[in-house]
Amino acid sequence: MSAVIAEHDEHHDHGPAKGILRWITTTNHKDIGTMYLVFSLIMFFVGGSMALIIRAELFEPGMQFVEPQFFNSMTTMHALVMVFGAVMPAFVGLANWMIPLMIGAPDMALPRMNNMSFWMLVAGILLMASTLFMEGGGPAAGWTFYPPLVLQTGKALPFAIFAVHLLGISSIMGAINIIATIFNMRAPGMDMMKMPLFVWTWLITAFLLIAVMPVFAGAVTMLLTDRFFDTSFFDAAGGGDPVLYQHIFWFFGHPEVYIMILPTFGVASTIIPVFARKPLFGYTSMVWATGFIAFLSFIVWAHHMFTVGMPIAGELYFMYATMLIAIPTGVKIFNWTATMWKGAMTFETPMLFSIAFVVLFTLGGFTGLMMAVAPSDLQYHDTYFIVAHFHYTLVPASVFILMAAGYFWLPKWTGNMYNERIGRLHFWLSAISINILFFPQHFLGLAGMPRRIPDYAVQFADWNMISSIGAFIYGFSQLLFVYIVIDTIRGGTGKATDEVWEDASKHGLEWTLPSPTPYHTFTTPPAKIPTEHL
Amino acid sequence: MSTNDTYYVPHKAVWPFIGTAGLMMMLAGFANYLNGSAIGPTMMIFGLSLFILMLTGWFALQASESESGMYNHSVGISYRMGMMWFIFSEVMFFAAFFGALWYTRNLSVPWLGGIGDGPARATKDLLWPAFEAAWPTNGPAEVGGEFEPMGAFGLPLLNTLILLTSGVTVTWAHHGLLAKKRDQLIKGLIATVALGFLFVGLQAFEYYEAYHEMGLTLGSGIYGSTFFMLTGFHGFHVCVGAIMLSVILFRSWKGHFTPENHFGFEGVAWYWHFVDVVWLGLFIFVYLL
Ligand code: HEM
Ligand SMILES: [Cu+2]
Repeated sequence: MSAVIAEHDEHHDHGPAKGILRWITTTNHKDIGTMYLVFSLIMFFVGGSMALIIRAELFEPGMQFVEPQFFNSMTTMHALVMVFGAVMPAFVGLANWMIPLMIGAPDMALPRMNNMSFWMLVAGILLMASTLFMEGGGPAAGWTFYPPLVLQTGKALPFAIFAVHLLGISSIMGAINIIATIFNMRAPGMDMMKMPLFVWTWLITAFLLIAVMPVFAGAVTMLLTDRFFDTSFFDAAGGGDPVLYQHIFWFFGHPEVYIMILPTFGVASTIIPVFARKPLFGYTSMVWATGFIAFLSFIVWAHHMFTVGMPIAGELYFMYATMLIAIPTGVKIFNWTATMWKGAMTFETPMLFSIAFVVLFTLGGFTGLMMAVAPSDLQYHDTYFIVAHFHYTLVPASVFILMAAGYFWLPKWTGNMYNERIGRLHFWLSAISINILFFPQHFLGLAGMPRRIPDYAVQFADWNMISSIGAFIYGFSQLLFVYIVIDTIRGGTGKATDEVWEDASKHGLEWTLPSPTPYHTFTTPPAKIPTEHL
Repeated sequence: MSTNDTYYVPHKAVWPFIGTAGLMMMLAGFANYLNGSAIGPTMMIFGLSLFILMLTGWFALQASESESGMYNHSVGISYRMGMMWFIFSEVMFFAAFFGALWYTRNLSVPWLGGIGDGPARATKDLLWPAFEAAWPTNGPAEVGGEFEPMGAFGLPLLNTLILLTSGVTVTWAHHGLLAKKRDQLIKGLIATVALGFLFVGLQAFEYYEAYHEMGLTLGSGIYGSTFFMLTGFHGFHVCVGAIMLSVILFRSWKGHFTPENHFGFEGVAWYWHFVDVVWLGLFIFVYLL
């Protein structure tokens, strides 16, 4: 099941189709990767605008700008757009672009299905977004869709549910494609234990996706039938149980958060060695740690439900199991640090974002550990503490690493260098404002401010105001990234070399290709496999 | 490089986009229908037509490419992996419903009846102190009124035998294909398709009886919910499988497939076995126990 040699089929032309049809009909992994990345960047700003609406309302106590119902639909839609529209698709976009280049394959294994997964994503998000304009407003029960509250949604409910189905189909097809590509399309000599970690983490993420997206689809299907077809899955009167929903949801939900973080780990493990000019420390332990985290992610879900009422044995089991996750995660953080140790480091923008990731993700991980302690979680649950926790793992981790990936590979994709000065400005603005934005939320949460509320008691005013100021600085400084991307596509600060970064071609196959990468690459497999990352 | 070493990378395809548009239209139409909007059914029919157009067009394209020898061994491996992991995703979809059945039967219904220290105990004390845990149940409020649970012996047992036999016939057809006995291949497939549709027919009859004679409906509390959703999704999968088998039968009759190259056949056969295994789970956990 390993080596594949490829050549293009003579019956087909080699360049892309003309005009809009190029994008509708393309089966090229680079085109599809680009579509995913552009789409997710747009969604990042859509979701971000919703976050700024929330933060504007929370700037001061009292009701200022929006109705409570709309506020709630903003928190819900913000989360859904960010998770399913921005972060997940961005990593699928990177997978599309980079996995074939990293393993020396001519394309993804199932190119037509690849096209379909992208358009299913667009369809799902369109359906989801359309609910904002419906009678009764968008879904407003939180991104977790808990019944019975969610069953009170207006006309939006069936649309939101079918949107989840479409997004699920998209993710599953994308994941199947990634697995088939990695198992079946590696160049000769690219053994499993020589694959770059980005490829490894995506392989494991793809398994998680296939295992849990259908479970989420099942859960929302039960919501649909409870609302429209008289079933009683989540209704105690008929012998069902609303807590059942939470179990099914979080069986999906916990692996879902790893779906967003494992590829993050992979990109960080790819970038850090290049700028530390050292091999990655502990390659094998990184692979095993990723697998172990993925395994644990299936057996810890009810740590989201400590306050719902569970038998005490359940509380204890989920508490201890959750704490175990700190071990493989600690291995990873140790390895990144050790990779940098005594390295000849330089601090270009991708490296800056990666270092910030290591530090700030560790912080988010620690608060996670705090909440794993069931008795003290009774205090933190459903407060701003949890909001601070998961945003530390999502924004300065996943989003920062996505930005790092953008800076890291843009020169390879476009053939031009980005503007390093503006890049660093973008980094410093982001790194400082993100802490102004989210750090005070820890205090708010510990002091008892609940999440998902449009108004709050006056004693929370100061930190909320500071947090909102941070949010606006962070939000607007992201426009710099858009500027840099457009500027780089148009020429940037000059042509990039093939290697782009010093000695990068020792670290990964993608750097042995010309910059910009030709439309078709590795139509014949590479002669030599770089092993510096091992 | 010999042709056997080339990986076929298709360069353009319009079917994925059409299929997506069709599916989206169908689902949006269904959502509109559920919301009581008159445009719903029209949208659904339009979406479904687009979707069927896509299926026909895309599969015809794949079949003709396959027959003209564009797919080599590695392409076949990719397809097989694709099918394998697709089936795994289906397993997980059913797992959600089996999980719901397990959780309600073994945990939440007993809690509602006052057994153990689960969260639903409080519900009992406050709302339904008289409720006694039992299975099957339509809950403490006896949602949907009195009903008779579905027995295991009779139609369900017959259906089990039918599906198991169809698993044998499809394997027999596969042996025919491998041994280049086209006659055996076609006969085996005809038998499998016939058994598949027979199963669906009997299942429909069972539903009819449940609704008209036993008072058992989707609305019969948690028992009705789990019974109909599990068997319903399974029945839908049998329909899809039987339709796919019919396509394979048609292709075999046209002379497609060789002992070396017959992914289409294999993929559908795997799917059929998967449907079979899910049924065994259903027979045990839904009907027998
Ligand atoms: C970019 C800056 C971001 C800001 C300023 C921001 C802000 C917020 C705010 C104010 C809330 C509402 C908290 C509440 O009222 O309970 C929220 C909730 C949430 N955000 Fe973000 N967010 C950002 C990025 C992200 C990203 C990138 C993700 C995911 C990938 C994300 C995922 C979530 C989730 C899951 C919720 C919970 C929604 C719920 O309660 O159902 N956020 N965010
Ligand atoms: Cu979790």
